[in-house]
Amino acid sequence: MSKIVKVSGPTVQADKMSGCFMHEMARIGSEELLGEVILIEGDTATIQVYEDTQGLKIGDSVVRTGELLSVELGPGLLGSIFDGTQRPLPLLAEGLGDFISRGAEVESLDRNRKRRFTPSVKKGDTVTAGSELGFVQETEMIRHPILVPVGAGGVVAEIGEGDFCITDVIARLENGAEISMLRKWSVRLPRPTAGRLPFNVPLLTGQRILDTLFPIAEGGSAIIPGGFGTGKTVLEQTIAKHANADIIIYIGCGERGNEMAEVLREFPELEDPHTGKPLMERTILIANTSNMPVAAREASIYTGMTIAEYYRDLGYRVALMADSTSRWAEALREISSRLEEMPGEEGYPTYLSSRLGAFYERAGRAKCLGRPNESGSITVIGAVSPPGGDFSEPVTQASMRIASTFWALDYDLAHQRHFPAINWLTSYSLTAPMLAKWYAENGRPNWMEMVKEVNALLQREEELSEIVKIIGLDAMGEKERIEIESARIFREGYLRQSSYHSTDAFCSLNRQAKLPELFLDYARMITKATDEGMPLEDILSAPMAESLLRLKEVSEDGIEEAVGKIKEKMDSYFKRGGEA
Amino acid sequence: MKNLLTKEYKTVSTVKGPLIFVSDVRGAALGEMVGIKLENGETRSGQIIELNRKTAVIQVFGFTDSISPDTTSVVFREQSARINLSPLILGRVFSGAGEPIDGGDPIAPRIRRDIHGTAINPVRRESPRDFIQTGISTIDGMNTLVRGQKLPIFSGAGLPANEIVSHIVTGAKVSRAEETFAIVFAGMGITAREAEFFRNAFDSSGAREHSVAFLNLAEDPVIERLLTPRYALTVAEYLAFDLGMQVLVVLTDMTHYCNALREVASSREEIPGRRGYPGYMYTDLASIYERAGRIKGKAGSITQLPVVTMPDDDITHPIADLTGYITEGQIVLDRGLHRKGVFPPINVLPSLSRLMNQGIGDGKTREDHRQWADQLYMFYARGIEQRKVAAIIGEEGLTELDREYLKFTDEFESRFVHQGMYSRAIEETMELGWRLFETLPETELVRISREMIAKYRVKHGEHKT
Ligand SMILES: Nc1ncnc2c1ncn2[C@@H]1O[C@H](COP(=O)(O)OP(=O)(O)OP(=O)(O)O)[C@@H](O)[C@H]1O
Ligand SMILES: [Mg+2]
Repeated sequence: MSKIVKVSGPTVQADKMSGCFMHEMARIGSEELLGEVILIEGDTATIQVYEDTQGLKIGDSVVRTGELLSVELGPGLLGSIFDGTQRPLPLLAEGLGDFISRGAEVESLDRNRKRRFTPSVKKGDTVTAGSELGFVQETEMIRHPILVPVGAGGVVAEIGEGDFCITDVIARLENGAEISMLRKWSVRLPRPTAGRLPFNVPLLTGQRILDTLFPIAEGGSAIIPGGFGTGKTVLEQTIAKHANADIIIYIGCGERGNEMAEVLREFPELEDPHTGKPLMERTILIANTSNMPVAAREASIYTGMTIAEYYRDLGYRVALMADSTSRWAEALREISSRLEEMPGEEGYPTYLSSRLGAFYERAGRAKCLGRPNESGSITVIGAVSPPGGDFSEPVTQASMRIASTFWALDYDLAHQRHFPAINWLTSYSLTAPMLAKWYAENGRPNWMEMVKEVNALLQREEELSEIVKIIGLDAMGEKERIEIESARIFREGYLRQSSYHSTDAFCSLNRQAKLPELFLDYARMITKATDEGMPLEDILSAPMAESLLRLKEVSEDGIEEAVGKIKEKMDSYFKRGGEA
Repeated sequence: MKNLLTKEYKTVSTVKGPLIFVSDVRGAALGEMVGIKLENGETRSGQIIELNRKTAVIQVFGFTDSISPDTTSVVFREQSARINLSPLILGRVFSGAGEPIDGGDPIAPRIRRDIHGTAINPVRRESPRDFIQTGISTIDGMNTLVRGQKLPIFSGAGLPANEIVSHIVTGAKVSRAEETFAIVFAGMGITAREAEFFRNAFDSSGAREHSVAFLNLAEDPVIERLLTPRYALTVAEYLAFDLGMQVLVVLTDMTHYCNALREVASSREEIPGRRGYPGYMYTDLASIYERAGRIKGKAGSITQLPVVTMPDDDITHPIADLTGYITEGQIVLDRGLHRKGVFPPINVLPSLSRLMNQGIGDGKTREDHRQWADQLYMFYARGIEQRKVAAIIGEEGLTELDREYLKFTDEFESRFVHQGMYSRAIEETMELGWRLFETLPETELVRISREMIAKYRVKHGEHKT
């Protein structure tokens, strides 16, 4: 029998393991702690343990399970909160109380709950992997198709209808295969699709700076690097609340317990802005906080990704938030150091970037296996926590090479409480050009030009601000003063957006179509007014500036009218040379 | 009683820094405590931090002098570090390793707990939302502390972090009428003078009877510091979640704690992370800081006030950096303000309370609180920028408006930040803020809604806007 021969941090080494395979699950010690084989040398295997290793002894038993580390998939995932290895935290609390002690084994999906299954095929139909056998209404909004499992297929011999538990057989094929509603899938293995689709639709976040300047494509990936307190978590949560995705997978990877508690408190009460249903009904949370076992933190992002792929395969648009990928990388580093691997940069293993790459590659838009007319997508938004806020470190650098969208958070903006503290000069979206067509078809034909104009305005302000630092604002020319004023109003009035203000937190596309033009009109108008000789003081004290800055307080119903009023006032004020 | 002295080994093979290696050990468990018996009869304690077929690696909490492979024997205790708990623990003082040092008897065990604790299940956490009035305007007004939060003070050598912490713990309104309040103090590597300062502060404010202290002084064994916060937090959990008390935990100084962590790591020849600190320091610190909070259905709370002394005032130093990544904000002290005689010298710009929004607003503090604080931030940030410009080109180069910003900034520091030892109620803090807003034209108040301006702006009428 296999026994522990070494215990080091979150890993153990076991002897007599010949026949075991990589990523095989094992049960360790008398408490049968879950572990996964991550290194095999001769008949010794190193196992990362998903629970605290304190108390383990040399000679404790190690039992192989013959299975890969996998997750359970099926109706009932929505609204759940799991730890990094998909144990439902509410069930753990029922069994163990307020604190998580070790060795609890609980099923990820409820085995006893019956759900109504409605068939969509009949006896004699031929089905292949991915074909729909029928469906379950998982929530009011989510119709959950039950698909033929990957690798199966044939002629339907029998199909059920009515109430079933997820392990009950709902279909039998002529070749003898029995199919239930429960699937298992190895977390480290991407689920197959029928091919990738191009990026051509944005995932709308309701955040002005993102949707307008740095949009993320559905199926794309974005990273949010930023030092502590710059707003990564608030941004991830704000997007989780407002994005027009069908399903949200939110992974709290090595972060704070209170933040997860906050999501759990808020989401059931908040409405999905697109369907009006409670947000929690479209959300799945994976919470492996910083004080929970490190190896389970490493697994957590794969657990989340595999669930995301499952819903993508059902034909949904999934957004996956990972906060923070740096904590995942650190878990990888810690385990790597226990394996005594040769370290790469800053102690991270040399395979850091390939692992990160493999993870982000699982994002994408794809045709569904077995149902090529349907498609689903996974958009990944990963927070990165660079030490000291320095983006030159390995995790940020490796992530930048992979992700197509880069939302850089900035200490200075955060300290001034300009949120979201996204630096408009260094952030970018490589997928933006591919989205222009969509924007044009959705009422914004001039979007690309508008973005160019805005970028020029902001870039100009940056250049001028360098000069201001040397000679002072008062000594600047009138034209430059006007440029600075235009940029300031755009920044303050448009780019700044509070996640805590009830009307400001979400900005509709309709509003985003109107406002930038209004701000740019204002910029053009005050430039023209200077050219025509209107005194600077009159321009700078124009009362419309304040109205522009306060537009974010105006509710959706009132916006049309408010914009109209400002336009009118602008016209008359500048035409009459500054008399209000 | 079971004989704890079952296994005694005389097989110490290596002594290296704070570590000893013992060979041919059987049945020992990771995390198990050991007694290390010296030739002269003295016993020190240690803990197993790694095990393999041949060797147990033990970190020694005492000094390693006089430990010798020839004469030292090691006894395995068959359990992890534990502490006895009972309500009688209030008022007591312990060493950093949990031994009474106040002349009193050991605590009779009503409950005995592992000091390492386990994670609170996130679904059992109650989100913190009860305002704590510290009496300090920059905290209450702009970086509000709430019960169950972990909010460190980022200090620099010679800055008055201890004074601020003691001002808060002895003066803050933490508990409501029917509730009880307790202070748990963990001193790590602090000087005898600092310990004395806190003792006096606790005595003179009457806090002594409802406090528990664990003291590892600068001259005490360094590695013992790794235990000190864990003893303290185990007591805090007992007081908060078993006895229902509102507990404030002071952890000072986390910098000394982290340096002890580094010492062990380097003796183990681990691959060092940034500046020699171990790669797992984030996780280790999280196992301390995450022990703050509230639990559903329980009355008590644990609020942590750790002190971090930033080497060279460098906020990007790994100790401050990793702390900031785990805690729910930070209060940052500033040498410039300190030199100007401002007390408390809190720089609000890099300071933050992430749980502020949950603790403020209508029914808690005041409805205009959030907007008011945002506006103060905006004004002060702009004023500081103008101050930098003025330092180069002189005030004359500024526009008239920017000169008003400068004036605001000076007054903000001298009237709002500076308050000496006087405590302000939140209403007073907010009134003061509104009065400072008068320095600037009303049209500048763009972070406050018109409705709030109409309601709260102090009418003055001097402005020629
Ligand atoms: N969009 C926003 N609107 C309003 N306030 C914000 C916004 N983003 C961030 N903040 C403020 O900044 C604080 C810190 O944000 P957050 O917790 O998201 O930082 P973080 O980058 O996740 O930090 P860490 O890396 O330490 O987790 C918040 O508590 C909030 O006060
Ligand atoms: Mg965060």
